[in-house]
Amino acid sequence: MILSAEKKNNQFTVALAGNPNVGKSTIFNALTGLHQHTGNWPGKTVDNAQGIYEHQKKSFLIVDLPGTYSLLAHTVEEQIARDYLCFANPDVTVVVLDATCLERNLNLALQVFEITSKVIVCLNLMDEATKKDLVIDVPSLERELGVPVVATAARQGKGLFELRKKIFQVASGSLQPSPRQIKYSSDVENALKELLPLVENIANNTLSPRWIALRLLDGDQSFLRSLSNYLDIDQASFQFQDWEESKCAQ
Amino acid sequence: MCAMSPSRVLSEVYGQAECVRNSYLKSFSDQIVADIYGNAEQITKHVLSKKESQRISFDLTIDNLVTSKWFGYPLMILLLVGVFWLTIEGANFPSELLATVLFAFQDQLTLWFQWAGAPNWVHGVLVLGVYRTLAWVIAVMLPPMAIFFPLFTLLEDSGYLPRIAFNLDHIFKRAKACGKQSLTMCMGFGCNAAGVTSCRIIDSPRERLIAILTNNFVPCNGRFPTLIAITSIFIGGAIASYSGLINALVISTIILLGVAVTLSVSWILSMTILKGEPSSLVLELPSYRRPKIGAVIYRSMLDRTLFVLRRSIIVAAPAGAVIWILANVYIGDQNILSAVAHILNPFGQLIGLDGFILMAFILGLPANEIVLPILIMSYLSTGSLQDYSSLEELRNVLVSNGWTWLTAINVMLFSLLHWPCATTLLTTYKETGSKKWVFLSFLIPTLIGFTACFIFTQVVQFFGLV
Repeated sequence: MILSAEKKNNQFTVALAGNPNVGKSTIFNALTGLHQHTGNWPGKTVDNAQGIYEHQKKSFLIVDLPGTYSLLAHTVEEQIARDYLCFANPDVTVVVLDATCLERNLNLALQVFEITSKVIVCLNLMDEATKKDLVIDVPSLERELGVPVVATAARQGKGLFELRKKIFQVASGSLQPSPRQIKYSSDVENALKELLPLVENIANNTLSPRWIALRLLDGDQSFLRSLSNYLDIDQASFQFQDWEESKCAQ
Repeated sequence: MCAMSPSRVLSEVYGQAECVRNSYLKSFSDQIVADIYGNAEQITKHVLSKKESQRISFDLTIDNLVTSKWFGYPLMILLLVGVFWLTIEGANFPSELLATVLFAFQDQLTLWFQWAGAPNWVHGVLVLGVYRTLAWVIAVMLPPMAIFFPLFTLLEDSGYLPRIAFNLDHIFKRAKACGKQSLTMCMGFGCNAAGVTSCRIIDSPRERLIAILTNNFVPCNGRFPTLIAITSIFIGGAIASYSGLINALVISTIILLGVAVTLSVSWILSMTILKGEPSSLVLELPSYRRPKIGAVIYRSMLDRTLFVLRRSIIVAAPAGAVIWILANVYIGDQNILSAVAHILNPFGQLIGLDGFILMAFILGLPANEIVLPILIMSYLSTGSLQDYSSLEELRNVLVSNGWTWLTAINVMLFSLLHWPCATTLLTTYKETGSKKWVFLSFLIPTLIGFTACFIFTQVVQFFGLV
């Protein structure tokens, strides 16, 4: 199974998440030098790819997750991406955003922020945004989000060095992002408060209790299945069986 | 940690969560999504500003045009014909050149083998079998691919493909399938196995299965060269002027026929074993990007052209050897190849083909690319063995083996409508996880192919048109 990437010692894992068609594959290729086929239409990357690059004499294993609009697991791709981020515990997660439709893309970023704090936002397609006369205030976006934001135009190779640098800093711990958490309406927040103490019993230090509580409120069955798998099975040998199951269940 | 197993703790927590959920009146999942959107909107407001824009209106103008009711379809068909016209016209000369060079080298090889004193059978297997088959594969396939794939990648890169899906959505709806199916069909043009994998972009399992089962009705690049070669020889060649354009029209018609079959089969599946209503389509229309020519050429050559060529060479080389051996091992006074073809012949004749053609399709199961080379090899190795050094003489080979325009059309029909190649079947198994669906994906096109060729042949023969 591709997702249970074999991680070597001294190697950082970096997950690439993002909406479909925001240039994840292009960034993946640019970072790793692999030639994954890219195309200008959503859903191009339905298989996962992984590749390796080196920076500052450290090895980074990049996992290109399928493009998804959310992590609420309505589709198989969303489930794969969510389970990977939740349970595989990558050292850094890079959320690639399409600068030309920032708002829609931020939905995914905010959801990723709930799962992990080791996040970098890569604001891609800046060239396209400029062409569309969109102006994004990157420093203030960085402040709003609480995570490093790197503006890139991957097709032109712009901003990639900066991205590598930030990935290295977050992976090595010299930079510790504190991603903004979604403020829910009062009903949700109240219900969360009720649930959190209970959830903290099952969440170990890699899982975010808040995220689990939210999924419990969702009544998200697929997540519970993944979670119980995860809790029952030794973490080191965790495999994404759920993906196989969900694929065959149809 | 307490003695309780984690999963028991989990189910308890889940029970508690149920209580909490039920104590509130509204649905949390909707509220949570609404809140996420609200947060994203807020952030965006703070950081995004926009100058007066002309670019968006530019995209919109193009979109209104290419997805318009009156202009959308003609444009799609025009592009289809245009791409094939360029492919056929452009491939003519390099094909000819490659054939000349490669077959000239065959004579040289023969000389070397004679000089080295190699036994006859070694020369037969390696030169007349392996080398000659490879020469055919390369001469017939490489030029059209090297033109078609960059053109296709160009369309892909510019952002036009999703517009096709958008245009076709309502037709697929009527067939009770998903509009994204047309995207998976586009992938199928490259390779049906890739097309089947790409069906993962369809969310509904029912619609995904429909798309998987019908993907084979799009001719993949393994079949294009066959289609192109046969039209060029038999249809366009018969009408001297505008032959390129006529060939392109014929191929486009074949593809439209494939689309029609796809829609009909999708509809029939939806009415029978895969009952259900179509789900709605959410499709993002990406903005148009100017394709990077260098990247397009690089990718279409490396990822597609060379990939496919490599695959067909890997399959064709042993196939060439096997064919030569079969054609030169005699049982009684008949070689094995003719014997098998003889058995298949009555059946082949019934659907307007012959035993050799049917056998070539059967042997082509590993990869459709080698159907035509196998066929040529079979004809050459059993008939009067002449040296063929140009593509024009291909026509003579076929005609001397009893081909008419009816045979040509039937071969094209059967090429469009027959079992998927082994790789596609394997991929279908991987994607569906069920032998039942694999079997169906084999059976449906095969039945349709036999029926279509049978009816067409009987009608034409009844009216005495041939």
